[in-house]
Amino acid sequence: MAHALRTRRGLGRWAQTWAGVATVLVLAELASRTGLLPQRYFPPVTEMFTALFAALGEPWFWLATGQTLQGWVLGLGIAALLAVPAGMLLGTSVVRYRAFRAVIEFLRPIPSVALVPLAILVYGAGLESKVFLAVFAAFWPLLIQTLYGMQDVDPVAVDTARAFRLTRAERITRVVLPGAVPYVATGLRISSSVALILAVTAELVIGSPGLGREINAARVGGAADLLYALIIVTGLIGWGLNSMFAAAERRVLHWHPSQRGAR
Amino acid sequence: MLEVNGLSKTYGEGERTTRALAELSFTVAEGEFVCVVGPSGCGKTTLLRCMAGLLPPTSGSVSLRGHVVAGPPEQVGFVFQEYSRSLMPWLSVRDNIALPLRHKRLGKAERTRLVEEAVESVGLTGFIDHFPWELSGGMQQRVAIARALAYEPEILLMDEPFASVDAQTRADLEDLVLRVRKDYGVTVVFVTHDIDEAVYLGDRVVVLTQPPTTVQEVLAVNLPEPRDQVETKELPEFAHLRAHVFRAIKRRQELRPAT
Amino acid sequence: MNPARRRRILLIALEAGVPLAVLAGWWVWSVGADSFYFPALPTILTTFADTWLFERVGSDVVPSLARLAAGFGIAVVAGVAIGTALGLSPVARRVAGPLVEFGRAVPPPALLPFGMLVLGVGDAMKVFVIAVVCLWPVLLNTVDGVRGVDPTMLDTARVYGIGGLERLRRIVWPSALPQVFAGMRTSLSLALILMVISEMVASTEGIGYFVLESQRSFAIAEMWSGIVLLGVLGYLLNAALALLERRVLRWHRAALASALR
Ligand SMILES: Nc1ncnc2c1ncn2[C@@H]1O[C@H](COP(=O)(O)OP(=O)(O)O)[C@@H](O)[C@H]1O
Ligand SMILES: [Mg+2]
Repeated sequence: MAHALRTRRGLGRWAQTWAGVATVLVLAELASRTGLLPQRYFPPVTEMFTALFAALGEPWFWLATGQTLQGWVLGLGIAALLAVPAGMLLGTSVVRYRAFRAVIEFLRPIPSVALVPLAILVYGAGLESKVFLAVFAAFWPLLIQTLYGMQDVDPVAVDTARAFRLTRAERITRVVLPGAVPYVATGLRISSSVALILAVTAELVIGSPGLGREINAARVGGAADLLYALIIVTGLIGWGLNSMFAAAERRVLHWHPSQRGAR
Repeated sequence: MLEVNGLSKTYGEGERTTRALAELSFTVAEGEFVCVVGPSGCGKTTLLRCMAGLLPPTSGSVSLRGHVVAGPPEQVGFVFQEYSRSLMPWLSVRDNIALPLRHKRLGKAERTRLVEEAVESVGLTGFIDHFPWELSGGMQQRVAIARALAYEPEILLMDEPFASVDAQTRADLEDLVLRVRKDYGVTVVFVTHDIDEAVYLGDRVVVLTQPPTTVQEVLAVNLPEPRDQVETKELPEFAHLRAHVFRAIKRRQELRPAT
Repeated sequence: MNPARRRRILLIALEAGVPLAVLAGWWVWSVGADSFYFPALPTILTTFADTWLFERVGSDVVPSLARLAAGFGIAVVAGVAIGTALGLSPVARRVAGPLVEFGRAVPPPALLPFGMLVLGVGDAMKVFVIAVVCLWPVLLNTVDGVRGVDPTMLDTARVYGIGGLERLRRIVWPSALPQVFAGMRTSLSLALILMVISEMVASTEGIGYFVLESQRSFAIAEMWSGIVLLGVLGYLLNAALALLERRVLRWHRAALASALR
């Protein structure tokens, strides 16, 4: 009895979760079919998905998706290779940190897209521009998170390490670095979405090949159904990447004492 | 005035249930000071939340002047165990105390008077424009008491209000409660796990058992008024009463298998 | 001089000295290099003064900032309103959950073609896109903030008959405010990004339009002056929000500090 009740409630929750999506999709379909929303701008949902499935069979679609992901992965990867060591270097010495703090505080708020013209000028309209912008944007969250992580070490843990006569190098590798891992994981999640934003921006503004350029091409060509289909695809990519990093983050966070109490 | 009838409360459902209150009945008369004493985890907070209408009982009922309590009644003031979390850190002492008065139909002058009187009666006059986080734990609990008093409740429910303050502050606050209870003529239900405190403060003491919780005994305290931290606690009757309550709780524990 | 004091002076000297050294290094290098892409720093600064003080303020800076403010403002109001509703109702949260998850996952620039298709290339489109993109961080943080209100505070409100709008204004919103500000900080950076790229793809004025147009016409010093301006604006806007936050959340920091005492 109690079990049946619980299953029914679980089913109710599941239904609620999808009721919202279904309602929005059905309403959008109806609004478009009845002409309440102009079809030229808002094609019926069914047509968007038809366009989406048609695109799935086209080589250009997979090429564009691959190009966007390529820009993302190179941008995030290079940013990580630069930012994490830099953060470790600055985070392990008060002198180094204080020397560069002001420089970081001034460079960080520069909107990365301000560098779009510079990227075109120096790298042209290809992959390099996209990667340059993604690296610049993804660098800062990772640097800041790594810095926080290196600085937010439990003083008791350091004292314990001292008491056991660990050397400075051992203290850093055994105590400080493991403590910083969750922060780096958070930084990676933030930087991942930032790198994706900049990759799509480069495709849209500069015309680097990728999904962003295809979306704009669909707009120029008047293919509204394809435009929506491709936006849905970018949304799904963003969602997938974010879920992946969030799951990884939860895994490394879960043992970390500073995160245990906090939600 | 207040009647607890066959109250029981079970948390959760299925296999993961906690039977916090088994079956509880007792009454509180007009103007009385009733202490409820029981070991930690025996359901004191649960009982008080049911009495305040914050928690629906699983069965049984609480009635106030013959009306069954379904939601928080207007005549009830509450002082929470977690004083630091029941005061709003973004409001000053004055605004914290005035907060519940905003929807009472009072003039501005009347409201100010109530707040200032309450602050004075808990001895915080100089701190009325401070923020809670600028005050010590004992002072914060005074603010919570002042808030309840300014609300002018007919019945004041207090949940282990002094459990986390130091001994000296605690004695001061106990005497403060006895004094304001006279000044404001309010009925008090005071929950505590401290037997001395219960006997020192109460007109009657309701002793609870271990869970599943029932009323073990209701005890009349006939100690002379006014109570005094030194003299009252020196009296042989005081020692008697506390020994009696102690044994009552202890006996029940020995009857039960160790948990 | 004792060592601690000497160290403090060294740190302050470094903190001021290193940025100055970086700037001086750039100056010397750019003057010597005479590169086409990287004009001499003095040239950039003169161009900056010529262009932005205050020649193009009315024609480009003000429209840009006005659109940013409008989009950001709409997003904050809508984000707090919707976030409060979702935070208070588990059913609403479940119903809206997948939509919110999806909405925030779409890379913001992908919405620009959509905005242009539906709203054209005017101010309405830019404000709309900024608002949509800034909505999600505020909304999600508000939901967290509202859900995180201390249960004892909510009980206090119930016992003392504080309900409805009063409860929102006096208890729920102040308590969620630190989270709301965290969302606003994220949103502000996004707003700036969208302000710039919406002007790059569809505009005839604004700072974003100016920098891209300068690049296209190979007015490299002008382009750099625009980049510098965007950097300065980014810095000032973030600083302004941080200042506001410090003011409004004074109780929050103080309460945290006293809890750790
Ligand atoms: N919200 C809840 N859900 C489930 N169990 C609870 C809840 N609140 C209290 N309990 C359980 O009920 C019992 C009584 O708790 P409580 O009333 O807080 O006791 P006391 O205040 O006497 O320490 C405990 O075993 C506790 O774990
Ligand atoms: Mg309790």
